[in-house]
Formats: sequence, structure tokens, C-alpha cells
Amino acid sequence: MIKQDILLEIGLEEMPARFVTQSMNQLGEKVRKFLTEQNIEHGDVQLYSTPRRLAVIVKDAAEAQADVNEEAKGPAKKIAQSEDGEWSKAAIGFAKGQGMSVDDIFFKEVNGVEYAHVNKFVKGRQTAELLPALKDVALSLTFGKNMRWGSSEIRYVRPIKWVIALFGKEVIPFEMAGVQSGNETKGHRFLGTTASVADASSYQETLKKQFVIASPDERRSMILEGLKTLEQENSWIIPVDESLLEEVNNLVEYPTALAGSFNEEFLALPEEVLITSMKEHQRYFPVKNAEGTLLPYFVTVRNGNNHAMVKVARGNEKVLRARLADADFFYKEDQKADIDDLLKKLEKIVYHEKIGTLSEKVARIRRIASALGVLTNASEDVKASTDRAAQICKFDLVTLMVYEFPELQGVMGEKYARQKGEKEEVAVAVNEHYKPRFAEDTVPSTETGALVSLADKLDTITACFAVGIIPTGSQDPYALRRQAAGVVQTMMEHEWNVPLADVIQVAVEEVLKDNIGGKEADTLHEELTAFFALRVKHILQEKGIRYDIIDAVLAKNSGTLKETDEAASVLMKHKEDAGFKETMEALSRVVNISKKAEGNRDVDPALFENEAEKQLYSAYAALESAWQQVDSMNARYELLARLKPMIEQYFENTMVMAEDEKVKQNRLAFMSRLAAYILEFADVPAVMVK
Amino acid sequence: MNIQEMILTLQKHWSDQGCILMQAYDVEKGAGTMSPYTFLRAIGPEPWNVAYVEPSRRPADGRYGENPNRLYQHHQFQVIMKPSPDNIQELYLDSLKALGIDPLEHDIRFVEDNWENPSLGCAGLGWEVWLDGMEITQFTYFQQVGGLECKPVSVEITYGIERLASYIQDKENVFELEWTNGFTVHDIFYQPEFEHSTYTFKTSDPDMLFNLFGVYEKEAKRQMDEGLVHPAYDYVLKCSHVFNVLDARGAISVTERTAYIGRMRNLARQVAKTFYDEREKLGFPILNRKGDETHD
Repeated sequence: MIKQDILLEIGLEEMPARFVTQSMNQLGEKVRKFLTEQNIEHGDVQLYSTPRRLAVIVKDAAEAQADVNEEAKGPAKKIAQSEDGEWSKAAIGFAKGQGMSVDDIFFKEVNGVEYAHVNKFVKGRQTAELLPALKDVALSLTFGKNMRWGSSEIRYVRPIKWVIALFGKEVIPFEMAGVQSGNETKGHRFLGTTASVADASSYQETLKKQFVIASPDERRSMILEGLKTLEQENSWIIPVDESLLEEVNNLVEYPTALAGSFNEEFLALPEEVLITSMKEHQRYFPVKNAEGTLLPYFVTVRNGNNHAMVKVARGNEKVLRARLADADFFYKEDQKADIDDLLKKLEKIVYHEKIGTLSEKVARIRRIASALGVLTNASEDVKASTDRAAQICKFDLVTLMVYEFPELQGVMGEKYARQKGEKEEVAVAVNEHYKPRFAEDTVPSTETGALVSLADKLDTITACFAVGIIPTGSQDPYALRRQAAGVVQTMMEHEWNVPLADVIQVAVEEVLKDNIGGKEADTLHEELTAFFALRVKHILQEKGIRYDIIDAVLAKNSGTLKETDEAASVLMKHKEDAGFKETMEALSRVVNISKKAEGNRDVDPALFENEAEKQLYSAYAALESAWQQVDSMNARYELLARLKPMIEQYFENTMVMAEDEKVKQNRLAFMSRLAAYILEFADVPAVMVK
Repeated sequence: MNIQEMILTLQKHWSDQGCILMQAYDVEKGAGTMSPYTFLRAIGPEPWNVAYVEPSRRPADGRYGENPNRLYQHHQFQVIMKPSPDNIQELYLDSLKALGIDPLEHDIRFVEDNWENPSLGCAGLGWEVWLDGMEITQFTYFQQVGGLECKPVSVEITYGIERLASYIQDKENVFELEWTNGFTVHDIFYQPEFEHSTYTFKTSDPDMLFNLFGVYEKEAKRQMDEGLVHPAYDYVLKCSHVFNVLDARGAISVTERTAYIGRMRNLARQVAKTFYDEREKLGFPILNRKGDETHD
């Protein structure tokens, strides 16, 4: 069969850089799906994109759908044909329905019964007839943000300007958004012109002549090559930030890297400020020397060739100069400001309409941090630095620098705090209290940082819950889930020996003292407990803990997050041990039967009737005295596992639900006492054993 | 090219594209978008092509004429075309060429920048246009104005005149820019910059301004009740300016701030709705007149 290539190019006004790659991939997916559904055989699918175009090439697409020989099953033989071979109405109807006659019928056994069948031939349709539906494929793309333009009703990422649709050398005719498909593309805005594309195989070449590099990978290599040349010429190191490279790559159709410089004076600014000015605001690559020190140069990637490079560099230098001059002014002004004056300004900033000002939030952070310090038995030194860090943790939000560069919150706070004579651990905590800032980030490294961080996050979560801002589905505008995960992670990694419930309690009390929202303390506590439990579960899942084990450790009685975490690891470690199943079963029996106990927990050994009872009881007594002595969940597991043979013996010889009410109550009391220890380790019956 | 020549060039360029050349609207405002030539005319189905220079007052940016980049009042060159023409990007790029900017000697890019003004119920999608890394223009397809969906869509092009001039004239300080032969921005605007900054931050009377806000708001509502959109909208603009002065002065507490913005948003939405209704009552005359021409 003859095979030809398909080319589809959607020409657009400049797409947002962040949508280019994902839209290209989406187009590829949808075209593939379309071809599969239409039963069109094809070779490779190649994807291209620039800010102004999304394109897909399908190599070697069959000229027609494959013909299909289909076997169609009809009525059973005894219904289809009378004994003397006469065709029934049912048989005639079946053959006709399939576009055939009774002469085409043959019989074939299905599950021991003979049925009428016909061989049906379905001729494949011409691919060219099917391809105009690519219009719907193109229009079905979804984007993070859509727009309308002109008088068009269509919503798309940006206005559609031209469409190329070719099968071999033939145009696939259709119209979308008022644009007729054709074979004309547009080159680079300034260096190129309109050009005809003969077929898919000349697509890249045609565009290259028009100063458009359609392949994102090729553009990327050109950029990296350009950076490398500049590095070699100047003995520079240009660290490549992947996300910046990706963005820059999607801002240009024909990349040319060029360097500019700025006044050395500006190197006195903090490195983060310089890097943010260059990277975030101008999409420049900062330049370093071999020692890793920032140099007064930058590299920008121009959308164009190497004509008038000096002029372009000068223009960029002028912009950066103005930005850095601003930053320099802010830095100097900020250094003159007094922390107390800045803190006063927080009174004027609303954190949230229903929650109050930043100043009020800071006061709560202070109270919560102080209460947490008591719970964790922090030293007096740590308590003092925590209080100061909590008090000043938001002061940099009203500095000029952070107003201009919000992404530097905390970073500037740390620097300014140090310059203004704060203690080292206080300065560090001002920055660290934002940690973890994103999903893969580390938790605060210092005790002070952890206390302030938790106080801040707990306050945010609790106050939001109090006023009804509760994450649902994909709605979590204040990133409360991430913050709660941060709380859990920090408590685990800092090995806080404090139950989550106590921590929640502190936050609820302090938030409600400020009359935020109208909820009862109990309701709020309950909502938060459920919310945090889900975060813990999620974190354990990410650690690869089995589902049933997660349920078991989450359902255990009391305990700290550290213990929950440990218990999970212990169960994961022992689950393949010989005898693990029997151990779990023995412990589960105790837990299950203990549920029948009616509150009485006094055990009278005199009422025991057999040896097994007495033995288990003395083993229990030994466990009771050892329990608090051991400090790891693994040791506790060992203590419990040691009881296994005794428990087995016990149930073999003892009828817990005895006739004699007194004996029964005594046994149940014993079981519930033992169960209490088991449940302090994990809700063992939840662990699945095969 | 001095600023005067720049403005003349842009006016000629957009006039040739069929834009009505308007003069600045005579009520104080923070941005060209707030002019009734944009805010109101972007509403409804009637076509509208217009270009004008808008002096925009930002009291909080007042720096007593001492900052090389910030001004109490700067100038925007504003173009509105409704419906947005298919070749609007090319028309815009041609205007840069007319200003003497050869795209082959520069790096011109369209970088995503979406615009939102919740207090006016406005939202749009588009770009900031970069010239060698400097933002010289806001380019926006209006999607919503005054809480109403834009149908058809207007495109708004806002050139920052002083920004662009500082590039064209290669000056670091806005006050050194030449307005016309023999006159710099300093000559014309330094004294008002200094005085307006002084007024904004020191000598303005917050009590009087709070009082005015209430008076203006009331009058805006009263005129709206009469179906008189334009007088009503003038008072909305006055509210907005008074608010900006009070805000820059630091006279508005946090809680009050939210409330004031809410009051202005309500006014803006009501004006938008009233404007639409009034044009509808008139039978959308510009739309229909255009229809007649087509028949000719």
C-alpha cells in the first residue's frame, strides 16, 4: 500500500512559554489517538513547537484504512434452516442485514452449537477522506488559560493565524476559526517571510530558511552551544537552570545567545538579589567564574540572528542597570530601617479579611511557638531565640526589597536580621521558617527554625479552617495541604516526642482566642485531626509503606508522629519474618475479644483456672514493667511478639466467655489490659496477613 | 525623536488604521484603561477604534521629581480596536518601525502577561512587549469589562510614552527626556511633580477627601438612577482618584481599604450595566450604522 506523510501545523500569536511544550505533547497524543481510532496505520509521530506554532508530522500513513474481513455470527443452525434445508426468515434477515445473501452463509460451531455465519468484507476508507477531522483534533486541545479574540466564539490559547494540513503533497481541506487550511507557513517575524511547505519531509528545512527552528530540542542545543562558546571565549561558568532554559527556549524561534555586562559596584548587592533580577525578571543567565563567584555579566537569548548584537546588548544592559539601581536603592534604604518600625507596619497589612492583620498573625505565631517550646521541652536558650525569631519572622515583608522581589521573602529577612544585630539562630530561623517551601524541599535545620515554622504553618491552617477555607478536590488556594505536610515532615524529622493532637490543641486555642471564625473548639479540632491524618497517610504512602500497615499505625492509640512513623517501618521490616502471620493473628485475637470487655479492668489472678492463663499473665506483667523502659518501637514489637506462644496456649486452654460471670469478667479485663499495649503499638487486626 | 514627534507619529499611524483620534479625558485617572473611551466603549457589540494620549496619575508613585524612573503622572498612548483586527500584531509592529525602531536591530518579543483589575471587574489576556528586555507596551485582549463578557473582543495597546522615549532618546533619567525642541520633561513637569507629591504626602486634607469620596459616590449613584451614565462615570473616576490620594497618604486603614475597593467595584459594575442598557435602548447606533455602510 502507498504510504504518505501527514503534516499539521497550527500557527498562533505568541503562546505563553509555559504552555508550549505541554500543548505540543497534547497535540501529539490526540493525533495518535485519532489515527488509532480511525484504524490508519502509520510510522513515527514527530512533534514540533515554537512560540508561534504547534506541529505534528506522521510518517508513512497508509493511504486507506486496512480492509477488514469480519466474521459475523447469526442465528443457530436449527433456527436458520429447516430440516430439509429451507432457509428461515431469520436467516434471510441476518444475511440481508450484513449486505449479503443466504448463499454466503456457512455454519460454525460455537460452544458446541452450530450457528449461521457470514464472512463480511469491509473496505477501508481513503485516509484523505478521514483527515479533515484533524480540525476537531486541533480544536480539542485544552490549555491552562483560554481566550477569545475578534468576533470569534472559539476559545484557544491565543488567536489562530494559519493552519497547514498536508497529506503527502495534497492539502487536507478544512476551516478552523475562520482560517482555511493550506500549505503556507510563516517564518520568523522579522527575519523570515511566508513560505510554502511542499510536504512533511521538507517542513523543518523550509522553516530553517525562514529563521525558524521548529524542533525544540534543536533550539535547545543551539542555546547550550551558544552558552558554551561564551564560556570558552571568556573563561566563564554559566550555570544552566533547567526551568529557565525551558522557558527561554519557548520564547524564541531562532535563538542567539549574547552577553552583556553591568557595573561592578552592583556586585555588593546580595547574590540572591542579583540572580533574581537577572533570572526572574529578565530571563537572563547569570555568569560566574571558576570559583563560583558571580561576575558582572549576564547572558540573554535573543529571538533573532547575530545582526546588531552590540545594540541589542546595550539595550539589555540599560534595562538591567535600571533594575539593579532600583535594587541598590532598596537595599540601602532597607538597611536604614529599624526592625521595630517595620514590625509596626505589619499592623497595616491584612493577612486575610476574616483572619486579620499580619501583625495579629505574628502575635499568634509567637504564642503558638512558645507553647510548642514547652511541649518539646526546649532549652531556655532555644525558647528565647524562638520567641525573638517568631516576633520578627515577617518583618522583611514590608522592606522595599521584598516588596519588589516577593520571592526573596525570608532570604532578605535573614540577611537584614543579621545586619541589624540579631543573634545567628534568630536570623537563620527568619529564613528557615518558610521551609519546606515546596514539595521536595528540606525541613528547617535548626530547632528554633522548626518551632517558628510549625507555629506559622499551624496558625495558617487552623485560622483558615476556622473561617471555612478548607481544601476540597483541586481547590487549595492557600496550599494548606503542602503546609500540613510540612508540619508532619518537620515533626517526624525533628523526632518530636509530642502527639499531633497536642500540637493541634495549642493552635486551636490560640486561634480561637483571637475570635477568628465562629466554630467550636471541638469541631475545629476534629476537622484538623482528620485533615492532618490524611497528610500523615500520604507521607507514609510516599515512603512506600503498605496500605493496611498505614491504617494500622494511624489507628493506634495516642503516641507521637515519630512513633507512628517508626511503627510503620517496624511492621514493614518484620512482615516477611517467619511467624509474622501467627504473631499478628495471636495479637489480633486479644484485641478482638477485648472489645467485649465492659469497662472493668481489675484483674484478679486468683480467679485464673489454668496454667496458660497464669503464664500469660506473668508474661504480661513482665511486659508491663519493660514497656516504658524501652524507647524504640522495634523493641516494643519484640516485647509483643514474644507473647505469641503464650497467647496461643492461652486460647487453646481458655474459654474467655466462660459460664461463670465472674471468671468471664476477669478474663475480659485481662484481655483488655493486654490489648491496650498492643494498640499502643498498632491496630494489629488491621494488618493483613495471608 | 522627541516625545512630541513620537506622539505625532503614533497618532498618524493609528489614524491611518481608521482610529478616531481623541484627546485625553478631562477627569483624573490612574490609567488609560479607565477613560470612558476604553472602559465604557469596550462594552457591548458596537465597533470602536480609537487612539489617544492619557496622562495617568499614580499618587503613590510621586517622588518629588527626584526619582529617575517614577512619576506622579506619566503618559500612556492608548489604542483600542474593537473587534480586534486579525493583523493587530503587525499593525503594532509597524508603529514601532514608524518610531524608527528597526526590528532587525533589536530583540522584540511578546511575553505572556495577563491583566486583571478586580476592582473594575476587568480581565484580559495578552503580553508585555519587550524591546531588548525592556517592557515598552501592554498588549491585551479584553475578555471581561465591568463584570460583562466582551463580545466582540477589544484589543488594547498601551505604550508607556516615557519608557519608550527613554529608549529612543537613550536617556537614563526621565526628566532629561526631550519633549520638544528646547523643552525637557523637567522643564514642563518638574514643578507639578514636586507639588503634587507634596500635596499627596503632606498637605492634602484626608477629612475633606473622605468627605468628597462619599459625596462623589452618592452623586454617581444618583446620576445612574437617572440613566445618565457619563456623569455617573465621571464621579466614579473622581472616587477612584480621591481613594488613590488617600491610599498614598496612608490614611486608609486596612479594613477600610477592602471596603472602599468594594464600593468602587459596585459602582463600576453598575455603570457598565447601565451603559450597556442605555446603548441597547438607542439600538446600538454605531453597530447599525456600520451595517448600512456595508449595504452601500
